[in-house]
Amino acid sequence: MLFLGFFAILALASAAYVLARNRASAVVGGEVSRLHSRPNYHGFLAFLVAAIIGWALLFVVGGVWGILIERAMMADIMAALPEVSPIEAELILSDAHAIADSGIASKSGPLRDEIAAKLTSHSALHDYGTLLLAALGAALAGFWAYSNVSEGWRARNRSENIVRRILAFMTIIAILTTVGIVLSLIFETLNFFRNIDWQVHKYLFGTNWSPLSGVQAGKLDPDKVGAIPLFAGTLLITVIAMLVAVPIGLFAAIYLSDFAGPRVRAWAKPMLELLAGIPTVVYGFFAAITLAPFLRNTGESVGLSIASESALAAGIVMGIMIIPFISSLSDDVINAVPQSLRDGSYGLGATKAETIRQVVLPAALPGIVSAVLLGISRAVGETMIVVMAAGQGANLTANPLEAVTTVTVQIVMLITGDTEASTAAGPAFTLGFTLFCVTLLMNVAAQRIVRKYRELYD
Amino acid sequence: MMNDMRITERTMSNEIKIAAKGVDVFYGDTHAIKDVDVEIENKAVTAFIGPSGCGKSTFLRCINRMNDTIDVCRVSGDIHLEGEDIYAKDVDPVQLRARVGMVFQKPNPFPKSIYDNVAYGPKIHGLARNKAELDEIVEKSLRRAAIWDEVKDRLDAPGTGLSGGQQQRLCIGRAIATAPEVLLMDEPCSALDPIATAQVEELIDELRASYTVVIVTHSMQQAARVSQKTAFFHLGNLVEYGNTDMIFTNPSDSRTESYITGRIG
Amino acid sequence: MVDMTALTNMHSGSEASRRIRKRRRAETRLKAYGILAIFLAAVALIALLSSVIFKATAALTESYVTIPVKLEVAEIDPDVTNDPRIIRRADFSGLTKDALKTRFPDAKGRTTRRELYDLTSSGAAFELAEKVAADPDLIGETIDYQFLASDVTDLYLKGDFGEVFDKPTNGKLTVALSEDGARLSSSVNDFSAALGRVKDGLIDQAKLKRQQAQLQENGVVFFENALSDAETDAEKKQAKAQLVSRRAARDALIAEAEDLETRSQSASGAEDLSESNRSVLVRAGGGWFKITRLDTARAEADVIIQPSESIENVDEWRLLVTELAPNARKVSDNQIAWIEELREDGNVATVFNSRFFTSGDSREPELAGIWGAVVGSFWTMVVTFALAFPVGVLAAIYLEEFAPKNKITDFIEVNINNLAAVPSIVFGLLGLSVFLGVFGVPRSAPLAGGIVLALMTLPTIIIASRAAIRAVPPSIRDAAVGLGASPLQSVFHHVLPLAMPGILTGTIIGMAQALGETAPLIMIGMVAFIVDIPTGITDSASVLPVQVFRWSDFPERAFEARTAAAICVLLGFLVLMNAFAVFLRKRFERRW
Repeated sequence: MLFLGFFAILALASAAYVLARNRASAVVGGEVSRLHSRPNYHGFLAFLVAAIIGWALLFVVGGVWGILIERAMMADIMAALPEVSPIEAELILSDAHAIADSGIASKSGPLRDEIAAKLTSHSALHDYGTLLLAALGAALAGFWAYSNVSEGWRARNRSENIVRRILAFMTIIAILTTVGIVLSLIFETLNFFRNIDWQVHKYLFGTNWSPLSGVQAGKLDPDKVGAIPLFAGTLLITVIAMLVAVPIGLFAAIYLSDFAGPRVRAWAKPMLELLAGIPTVVYGFFAAITLAPFLRNTGESVGLSIASESALAAGIVMGIMIIPFISSLSDDVINAVPQSLRDGSYGLGATKAETIRQVVLPAALPGIVSAVLLGISRAVGETMIVVMAAGQGANLTANPLEAVTTVTVQIVMLITGDTEASTAAGPAFTLGFTLFCVTLLMNVAAQRIVRKYRELYD
Repeated sequence: MMNDMRITERTMSNEIKIAAKGVDVFYGDTHAIKDVDVEIENKAVTAFIGPSGCGKSTFLRCINRMNDTIDVCRVSGDIHLEGEDIYAKDVDPVQLRARVGMVFQKPNPFPKSIYDNVAYGPKIHGLARNKAELDEIVEKSLRRAAIWDEVKDRLDAPGTGLSGGQQQRLCIGRAIATAPEVLLMDEPCSALDPIATAQVEELIDELRASYTVVIVTHSMQQAARVSQKTAFFHLGNLVEYGNTDMIFTNPSDSRTESYITGRIG
Repeated sequence: MVDMTALTNMHSGSEASRRIRKRRRAETRLKAYGILAIFLAAVALIALLSSVIFKATAALTESYVTIPVKLEVAEIDPDVTNDPRIIRRADFSGLTKDALKTRFPDAKGRTTRRELYDLTSSGAAFELAEKVAADPDLIGETIDYQFLASDVTDLYLKGDFGEVFDKPTNGKLTVALSEDGARLSSSVNDFSAALGRVKDGLIDQAKLKRQQAQLQENGVVFFENALSDAETDAEKKQAKAQLVSRRAARDALIAEAEDLETRSQSASGAEDLSESNRSVLVRAGGGWFKITRLDTARAEADVIIQPSESIENVDEWRLLVTELAPNARKVSDNQIAWIEELREDGNVATVFNSRFFTSGDSREPELAGIWGAVVGSFWTMVVTFALAFPVGVLAAIYLEEFAPKNKITDFIEVNINNLAAVPSIVFGLLGLSVFLGVFGVPRSAPLAGGIVLALMTLPTIIIASRAAIRAVPPSIRDAAVGLGASPLQSVFHHVLPLAMPGILTGTIIGMAQALGETAPLIMIGMVAFIVDIPTGITDSASVLPVQVFRWSDFPERAFEARTAAAICVLLGFLVLMNAFAVFLRKRFERRW
């Protein structure tokens, strides 16, 4: 239906374009130069107003009307079964939707059939009504532009103004995305905190995490939502990853920027870029199928027992993933250190190593710190590697040979698990919100540092 | 503005510190220096002048092998420092640069404190046995660079916070602290205002007592003011080399004359 | 006092050269660290790619076993309607089982039968049904049909369950059949080599026992300490009990290990073969025997396939020893015998696995393919591109050309940069709650996935597009505006076309990232099991990386190769996209 509407409006707007353009030519009897705006602009303005009004109506009317129908149906269900909880009522409604769409419902019954029948009739009205309203709006807007066509009508300025507004709106989408993320996360997070009676400290500092084991009638047990094991696990894997990525990435960057000849750079840089382009799911596969068994066998042969989902395997592979990240960012900042500083040091008889250690690195330090911060933020938010290679049970340990779980693993487990979505969403979104805040802090800090650093040398 | 008094004061030691013979420099395919022979005297100021792009800076950078740090640069010919071939296999450019210090066109203090800037050289070369000695070297170097009085109260302040002229004198002090025999200066005043330039020029004249100074400049007046010997470079060739007063008053080559009178440049 | 002129002398002399050597060594060290870092990164990349590619090769071929099958009229189409619908409804899986039973009539008992049915894929019956439905004339005939081999058969043929060694035989074999098995004897000590291999296997078992004993020993030490540290009686008692049981377990394990070791060392001495020993199989006179007790010249055996003739002093016979014990592999001794028998008759074929590239997902590894995921990825990318490209480019134009330089613009910039660094899983949560929850976009559909990936890709495209637009020199704009073009005309007619190669390059790189993205799609339900090939953006679908994730989680070994092969396909697409981006950059790069 949405597609049909979309194309119907498109067709209407195109018609408005042709009509308005032709009329513009006709108004001046073919002497186009007498027009303030060329005929194409008259057509374009008609097209723009018709399409924008039409599509906006399609979207807004369709959306609001749809929500109103849902509300009415919910009211019907609550009226028929006053004792059911809102969650159950929603379940009935979704069953009715399934029946109406001739899909598979979890249950059937007279109430569901009745609601489904209502839905069917409502949705037909909704679909055609929306389409009609939108088409009417588009036609009216098109007619307005058409009737305004005259010699002095500033169609070009008007349409350019509209296009500018559209451009600005596209920019707003980026902000809307952030707002959407924050709102949706906060909404569920508040739900979750309400669910545990605002004992936020039990979430932040509790050490026992099994949120779905203590559920009673949708109510979570505040003593089982302690996220410390997840934070600790995330931290452990992140630390291992950075222990791998920072030295390798940094030394690689130093070597490539100050020691390597053009031939080494010619293959080493694309190699690092290749490493950066590999999807994380492939890293996860490598960690789970190749590295973890290898570590376990190696450990066995020297008498160490290494879990097959050890933090070590996940951390090492995550570190490999972050190497190109650290190396390319560090390479940038090391190259940004002015050559005159290097010359000054060489001119005093310093070796390359002394120059790098005592002049280049201190000068590039802010940039390197921000690269490491961004790397940490990546490691903390990385999902696939840990989902595939790290553990699932909340285990509070600092031993890298044991299995630990992370924030992202728990989000995936909660969302893809079998538990009722409305119950699992609370802890999952709260973890997501925590993750978002932590990574945001690090990103903002890293950006600040980089900006300061740029000012220093520009 | 010529300072005639200084010219009359000039004393010549006539001892050769640096001798270059048949030096050619290539940047990739570009022939930047063509068969240059020059002998630079000890404890005197020698100026390299010439229009921009004539190769004077390139030749200067051959004397402490700074060109080694540029991948595409190739140097051939002989340069001897006190009779020792500085391009010989067993000469370490790092060690050479400790003996032949350099000051650059743009003041380039390290983003460290004033003290650390000056102490950097003595530290890496192990010139001081203890902190007290290091302090002394720093003070003496800054005094010689004629900046001690301006910075003695803020040695911990960053070197980048000084004014342009102060920065350049700090860089000179930094070079002196390494205890070089020769000081190379690549247009040391081109980024400075006239007052700072005058201070640095005065300093150069004082340094002549202890060091062999080679200065590249695009300003003929500056060459005339501070140097005893002048070499005129043009299109990679050393056109003329001799006593400064001779070059400026009675050049033998027509190109030198054109340059000095402002017809090329 | 420090004499500055005297210091100069410190630059030469033996002390100075000693120092310089030390400093040069430090430089060499730093350089070595750099080389080591590059080397380690290269090793990681090579290890990753080679392990994936090596594992993927096993998925390149699939196996078929040819077995005669009687297409009974009564079973398939009793009324001779020749109607494909009726034919398809017939019990072809029963026919397949009958065919297998006819081929190997000695397979009796439920477990053995199940092993037999496991030789072919469950999908083979459907294919047979399709073949017959397409050609009803076949009904009533007995045809040699190529059944798709099951994953176990396929893996065995690829050597995934360890090698099978053909031991040379010199003597003449005689087999005496009786009610409960067979007695085999060779005229020379033909079985000694096999016995040797079996005994080698014992050493491995002994090693395992010793390792387990060592673990118990660790426990003993731990509880000895616990006992000495114990303060209360209850603690002491508990530690003592643990100590006793662990000591006993340790001693028992060591005894077992020692027994195994002595058995393995004596050259002679018969061995009873159990589930944990290497298997020894004998083929002679058209029959197959599984050895249960082995001596150097004689053996006792179970009969897997009855010989067609009596075996007395036969020259030609095969003696097979497996590398792995039956409890360490998924293919049973019976199945090995059947497959080897089929192979001897030339009834096993291994061909290129085109099915993997053309079929959808399946729970059976031998039937599973990536086409569904590839199409799903395609639709998702279409949606992502259709949304992210116009929005990204238009937003970049606004920010570069029209936005006033103020706080709001600054905020938008910071916001876009931050959005680029938000963890992908958070975008998944956004999609789940906003697009699925509020806007009612269908779950698991490429539409939902495409929207989420578009939002994720948007910052990349905006940043790249801005850089490309900024690289167009202002003189172009001045020229256009100077000719009387409006700012908008100058941008759309002149700046945008010139910036387009850079914008496209950035877009392709962003799309490549989106193509490899997994986590947010899992959040919006694209991880569901979907067999059908999606036909549009609202059908349920999976995508390549999610397919990789799902398969890697399946227990069947055969999925490992398919996962690796799917990764290779995914990497292939990514390499293609990036190569195209590099081509665009090289071809249209302009330096102003």
